[in-house]
Amino acid sequence: MRKVVITGIGVVSPIGADRDAFWESLAEGRSGIGPITKVETAELRFKNAAEVKGFDASSHFDERQMMMLDPFAHFGVVAAREAIRDAGLNFDEGSGAKTGIVTGSCLGGKETEDAFFYDLYANKKNRVPPIAIPRSMSNSVASHVSMEFGITGATFTTSTACSSANHAIGQAFWLIRQGTLDTAIAGGSEAPLCYGNLKAWEEMRGVAPDTCRPFSRDRPGMILGEGGAMLVLETEENARARGAEIYTEIAGFGMSADAHHLTMPLAAGAARAMRNALEDARLDPEDVGYINAHGTATQANDVMEGNAIESVFGDHTDRIGVSSTKSMHGHALGAAGALEAAATVLGMSRGLLPPTANFTELDPEINLDVIAGEAREARPAAALSNSFAFGGLNAVLAFRRYGG
Amino acid sequence: MAEGRVAERVKQIFADYKKIEPAEVSTDATFEELGFDSLDGLNIVFELEEAFDITIPDDKAQEMKSVGQIIAEIEALLEAKDSGAEAG
Repeated sequence: MRKVVITGIGVVSPIGADRDAFWESLAEGRSGIGPITKVETAELRFKNAAEVKGFDASSHFDERQMMMLDPFAHFGVVAAREAIRDAGLNFDEGSGAKTGIVTGSCLGGKETEDAFFYDLYANKKNRVPPIAIPRSMSNSVASHVSMEFGITGATFTTSTACSSANHAIGQAFWLIRQGTLDTAIAGGSEAPLCYGNLKAWEEMRGVAPDTCRPFSRDRPGMILGEGGAMLVLETEENARARGAEIYTEIAGFGMSADAHHLTMPLAAGAARAMRNALEDARLDPEDVGYINAHGTATQANDVMEGNAIESVFGDHTDRIGVSSTKSMHGHALGAAGALEAAATVLGMSRGLLPPTANFTELDPEINLDVIAGEAREARPAAALSNSFAFGGLNAVLAFRRYGG
Repeated sequence: MAEGRVAERVKQIFADYKKIEPAEVSTDATFEELGFDSLDGLNIVFELEEAFDITIPDDKAQEMKSVGQIIAEIEALLEAKDSGAEAG
């Protein structure tokens, strides 16, 4: 079976608008959560989110591209460019045909729709600009990246709410492992901070008024985030042949459906996805030394996830460092899994596990070794990155340390 | 709003949501006993906020587990709103 490795990472996030800045914040446990500035918050019950800072889309795209791209695509395309540059890849007709792109997004171009539909309903305009449809479609990141780089292999977009990016990366991984592709750009991007969507989240009553405190006894809920991250996946054989730097191996992917409830997660479903990922990777539970948790900091998720991890790992649970980096970059929905895969892969390759910021005191109902406050030096043989979506759709990635 | 009117309207809203008779909604019934899950809870709080033109804070919404608690909370919010209006 072909071995698949990660050779490129690109990130646009609330804790750094490129890969290095992102990693620096993770290593220092610095949170990017603060007051929402993109929209008026006077009539919102929550006022904080994790916004991307220090990112000027117009410095990355010309005027025509700016017209065509929603903010979620700015994040995705810029992350893809950085990942491809990081991997040192160029595509010709032959390699382009064996390369694919799989992107995840929950909402697609929601900001575009929000603005254009406001003009219709509130400003009584009778038309929306012709660019509305191509700019808001969820696959626009995959399409723009394919056109920009001449990538012509299997290319598509997954939308499974908060698991979108993990489903995308997992599909890309399998497509390479089974021989359909040699190389893939995979990840996710999201720009959920528009007024209509924030109003919708308000009624879920799960968003924290202040900050995101995963696994803490006094956690008030989740914090929304935005951004994008992309990984370059390729066969170990190709990576070695061209002398590319390898971050880690992507070793397994597991999915499951709770078949339970639209918004209440089920530990058995999450556990099944983790077991499937381990089995797919041919990993023993004892190999796992780090889990980048879904860790939304809602009441429901964190207890459920703690129970699920315990049910999979039993006594070994004590020897797994667990963190939720959502405490720093927020919950970027369809981009969450991509940001977290990037955090996991960077952490494994640098021997430093990112922490959970804003942590106060462990919820007594949760029995996990939460990496709190400060990053932890460790070189685990393997790690998992969990995503569990509304609708009960779970997707877990397994990574294996590469080389020493 | 007269004593009991709030309770009556709350029960009517619950009854409409569950497609049952208001008499079947007792004051001490819990959400669970009425067959409500968390999403039903969010929906009913939304309906009640609309009906009474009030805002139920997230932490209060999470604490409320029975029809009686909801009635008490809404009465308190309405009283606060009335006294606020008089003062303002």
